[in-house]
Amino acid sequence: MNSLWIATIGTSAIAFLLKYSGHSVPEKWLSHPKIQRVNALIPIALLSALVAVQSFSEKSKLMIDQRLAGLCVAVIALMLKAPFPIVVISAAVSSAVIYNWL
Amino acid sequence: MSVSLTVGAYGVAFGAAAVANGFSVLQSCLLSLLTFSGASQFAVIGVIGAGGSALSGIATASLLGVRNALYGVIMAPRLKVHGLKRVIAAQVTIDESTGVALGQEVRGADEMRKGFWYTGIGVFVFWNLFTLAGALGAQAMGDIRAFGLDSAVPAAFLGLVWPRLTGNFERVLAVGCAVFAIVMTPILPAGLPIIATAFIAIVVGLKR
Repeated sequence: MNSLWIATIGTSAIAFLLKYSGHSVPEKWLSHPKIQRVNALIPIALLSALVAVQSFSEKSKLMIDQRLAGLCVAVIALMLKAPFPIVVISAAVSSAVIYNWL
Repeated sequence: MSVSLTVGAYGVAFGAAAVANGFSVLQSCLLSLLTFSGASQFAVIGVIGAGGSALSGIATASLLGVRNALYGVIMAPRLKVHGLKRVIAAQVTIDESTGVALGQEVRGADEMRKGFWYTGIGVFVFWNLFTLAGALGAQAMGDIRAFGLDSAVPAAFLGLVWPRLTGNFERVLAVGCAVFAIVMTPILPAGLPIIATAFIAIVVGLKR
């Protein structure tokens, strides 16, 4: 079994266990304010790190390429309160234009 | 309806990104059917696409999936379901279904449950259909960079994190974690710079 299958099955199994455990444990276990607070911050940290790594690296090398343009356009779209599809499509189009014609 | 369209767009982006990062169409679709949590799915393909190990990918995805457990805690006493129905309820306990349900709460318990089930199952159907479309589309493309797919993934992450940046503290944390991950990328094995930021979040969250 290669690592892609391990990742697919492992991620799925843990994702379900987490969801099901929430429905099954007593409410007071997870309703502590500190747990709520940390839970709100973890996605911010991980998603921001993923934006950065996916935009500026390839494997373990840092680089700046057409993805920077895509990222800038996505930021502008979000600042203009564009809906999600517009954000992703405008980022992809601007990145593709630079990759193909510059 | 607007929820469905947005989910469709995410689904296409996910399917395409999964294939672009080396996952097969079958694996992409299984992730959407079984994991069924957008941020976790993007995380696992993102970490592995960046050269991380399966374990790093699973760990990052699972840390993002913890919030679904907390949604379950909120929803369980309101849904009051058991057996197979609880299994199904758990699987569709995500940002959208919980959000809509809580939004309907003022209109009564019935409306709230309806909101949860309609949204959860509707999103499940759309998400999986559009994942398949995106995965098949990307498979047909060849060089994904020519279609800008390499930028679609970070843009999708940005779209996921943006609504969460509600105050200066959150914004500083986001920028700090982004800079940390970039600085650590040439130093740590792939995937670890991302996971490490979760511990930054835990430490600052507990201290505050």
